Amino acid sequence: MADTAAGTNSQPTPGAAVAGGGPAVAGGLRAGALAGALRGICGPADVITDPLDLRTYECDGLTSHRAVPALVVLPESAEEVAAVVRACADAGVPFVARGSGTGLSGGAVPHPSGVLIVLTRMRRILEVDPVARRAVVEPGVTNLAVTQAAAPFGLFYAPDPSSQVVCSVGGNVAENSGGAHCLKHGFTVHHVLGLEVVTPSGELTWLGDGTGVTSGYDLLGAFTGSEGTLGIVTKVIVKLTPAPEAVHLILAAYDSLEAGGRAVTDIIAAGIVPAAIEMMDALSIEAAEAAVHCGYPAGASAVLLVELDGPAAEVSGELAMVREICQRAGAREIRAADDPAERAGIWAGRKSAFAAVGRLSPAYIVQDGVVPRTALGDVLARIAKLSAESGIRVANVFHAGDGNLHPLVLYNDAVPGEAERAEEVSGAILDTCIEYGGSITGEHGVGVDKARYMPKMFTAADLDTMQLVRCAFDPASLCNPGKVFPTPRLCGEVPGHHRGPRPAAAAGPEIL
Amino acid sequence: MTADTAVARKALAAVCDDVRPAGPGLSVSPGSAEEAAAVIRVAAELGLTMRPRGGGSRLWWGTPADCDLVIDTGRMSGVVEHAAGDLVARVRAGTRMGDVAAELAKAGQEIALDVPPDATVGGVLASGLAGPRRLRYGTPRDLLIGITIVRADGTVAKSGGKVVKNVAGYDLGKLFAGSAGTLGLITEATFRLHPLPAARAFVTAEYTAAAAACDAVAAAANSPLTASAVELSRAQPGGLIRVGVLLEGSADGVAARAARMSGLLGSPPATATVAAPATSVAASVAATSVAASVAAGRPAWWPAPLAAGPDQTLVRVSLWVSALGRVLDAVEAAARQAGVRPAVDGSAGAGLLYLRLAEDGPAAQAAFIARLREAVAGQRGAVTVLTAPHPVRAELAGRGGMSGPVPGLALMRSVKDRFDPRHLLAPGQFPDVA
Repeated sequence: MADTAAGTNSQPTPGAAVAGGGPAVAGGLRAGALAGALRGICGPADVITDPLDLRTYECDGLTSHRAVPALVVLPESAEEVAAVVRACADAGVPFVARGSGTGLSGGAVPHPSGVLIVLTRMRRILEVDPVARRAVVEPGVTNLAVTQAAAPFGLFYAPDPSSQVVCSVGGNVAENSGGAHCLKHGFTVHHVLGLEVVTPSGELTWLGDGTGVTSGYDLLGAFTGSEGTLGIVTKVIVKLTPAPEAVHLILAAYDSLEAGGRAVTDIIAAGIVPAAIEMMDALSIEAAEAAVHCGYPAGASAVLLVELDGPAAEVSGELAMVREICQRAGAREIRAADDPAERAGIWAGRKSAFAAVGRLSPAYIVQDGVVPRTALGDVLARIAKLSAESGIRVANVFHAGDGNLHPLVLYNDAVPGEAERAEEVSGAILDTCIEYGGSITGEHGVGVDKARYMPKMFTAADLDTMQLVRCAFDPASLCNPGKVFPTPRLCGEVPGHHRGPRPAAAAGPEIL
Repeated sequence: MTADTAVARKALAAVCDDVRPAGPGLSVSPGSAEEAAAVIRVAAELGLTMRPRGGGSRLWWGTPADCDLVIDTGRMSGVVEHAAGDLVARVRAGTRMGDVAAELAKAGQEIALDVPPDATVGGVLASGLAGPRRLRYGTPRDLLIGITIVRADGTVAKSGGKVVKNVAGYDLGKLFAGSAGTLGLITEATFRLHPLPAARAFVTAEYTAAAAACDAVAAAANSPLTASAVELSRAQPGGLIRVGVLLEGSADGVAARAARMSGLLGSPPATATVAAPATSVAASVAATSVAASVAAGRPAWWPAPLAAGPDQTLVRVSLWVSALGRVLDAVEAAARQAGVRPAVDGSAGAGLLYLRLAEDGPAAQAAFIARLREAVAGQRGAVTVLTAPHPVRAELAGRGGMSGPVPGLALMRSVKDRFDPRHLLAPGQFPDVA
């Protein structure tokens, strides 16, 4: 009902009764009433009210969770974003930010009686400083576009989620996105050194200044990975990394996941930190082969990809050691490549895995659990058992170096009960991750998808403490409400009896 | 002891074995995180102001006010878990970093932070201290993957965990790093580790012209030779500038990279040898206007882990490396105008410099700091006074204070109000006083 109210684009006539729907409809009317104000801020072309058009924004990469927003706006500047948020805050209307909409935890699922603020029009690269190794970009810039802008200077942007061709830097900041190269190169939070944000009350402020040195509290660090619940990013200062001198990729095929796991253990024990260590099991290899004909060794039960990067003088030594370790663990075949095209060819199999399993099965759930690396063997065995017991197939693709699993739980939604069983298996896998001291999400985020698991990983006191931060930024609970935390904390008034007089300097100058 | 203090002492003794007088107030030394939580709960009920104490080497940093209760973390020490295969270690906050290093070294690993060995884990986190290798490995917040804290009301909370890759929930560890005890007491921390390098080399050069030194810093920091640290030192205004680069890795790899780094910093050495780690040998170099040398041991001028006594003024300047030349010039000009002689050193390649002022009078020091802030106001970065004697602080009070303008200050105060609504923790420190 909310979208109908918004779609008619009319002010509610005074005294008109609101039939049914309760708060959602009333909220939707409030949002609808904002349309005029938002057109004044962004221009009519950038405010969407038509119900059919609104529907195109109802979900992100997690298609199982959908909600049609009351309104969509596409601002083109930080000032417009701030004004939009201010208008929402004044009207008490919730708002959600969206980048490229590729997120896998439903973080950008709109609020049904709120405004969806889409950042894709803000995609300029504002500055590249190769001497400082910094770039300043707008949030809608794609992850790969940053690397492309840095490439002429022999630099690149290190966090590289598999969706980097389309995912936005703003979205990366919200989720603290990782990618295959996290163990060595870190995640988004290690490469973002400044954010201009619009606070939930509609003010523009900087967190961090690009130096990598923090003045005061590290709100930049707290904001990164907060999944759009603390404000909206309007500029990002990123650190650029010198492109490595040498990059080598090794593919090793094994007759069992255990053997592959032994190789990984031994590589780490040898004091080597590869740029990436990826593993795929038989099912995912089969899928990738069918999809992109990557030519992985036939009949392998496990394929290990180890990428080494760095100064040529170091990589050559590591390469020899890794080959030897892979051999010793029982590899049936080892291939190595340093040529970029050859390496891309080998990576193609791994990168195609998620999409490729779509060929094996009409539907699937992508999971994103983490376990301590040393527990991988046991956890994979548990997953195999879950799969056998439930009759639900699970293809395993994972970042073997940091224990981040991506089990692909396959099911046929046309078969009654199979979707539910797949959901159960998926949940049981997450429970296993928690049991082994891991995490419910390594890179996809909590969003709506995993909020219900948060109490399994954290105590009520833990969640309450995290929400103190949320209350500090967003006491009105309008900024992407309903995400991450299953039970919102009431922010209320801040209790304030102080012992003695508050120290002076109550209002220092603030740079906006 | 006043009646209030006696009441407090009795109440605290009921939950903690070690309570003793400390000046006009009290000091407690809880033996466990649970005891620490109980102590803080009791103290909060009594409305006592409190602050943590680790190694005690930075108690005068910032703008501390007197407080009723010092919470000594020394008894909450020990490595709880070292999962070498996962490159992860869980440590209690009162553990000395030197002891952690010794334990982790048994498995050939380390927390890659250059900090004083007597500093505690909690102290390092709370101050956000890092040394030269921040260029490659980052600062404490970059290596922290899990944290347990006690809030101002005694509630225990944790975030993160013991896996490197984890985005579940907010990262309280980032918030607590650098918060100087103002948001809560850190009781335990989990770090990601790195393998100890097999070999290392220091490549150094001296410059008379600042421009050449700045070019060298940038070239070294941006090189795919992957420096672990790029440091700069200028002992006196107008003096020689030394640049030093630390390379870590395999013995062969480091030798080859050091030779090439010499070329970047100056002229390639005629003969360059890197001795085994046990000896320290400086190689001779070709005679040109810039002499670069390679050694296995650190140069005498290499910055020691950051420390400053109560009678010293330590200023931190953060910058973009592309502005290094401008900043060095601004330091010179401000020093000349104010009549002070700052010693400059720091991780120039990582965008920061430390300035030390010792003998100069308070008014001159404050004038220098204010002028420097004006000079760099147009570019990104900040001039922050980390510690200064009281007379200097007094002079600074009307001229930007210790921190100068802090973007996001209102939000920081809002966070402080939520975590510590009665402002009992580390009274007087940022953001109460900026």
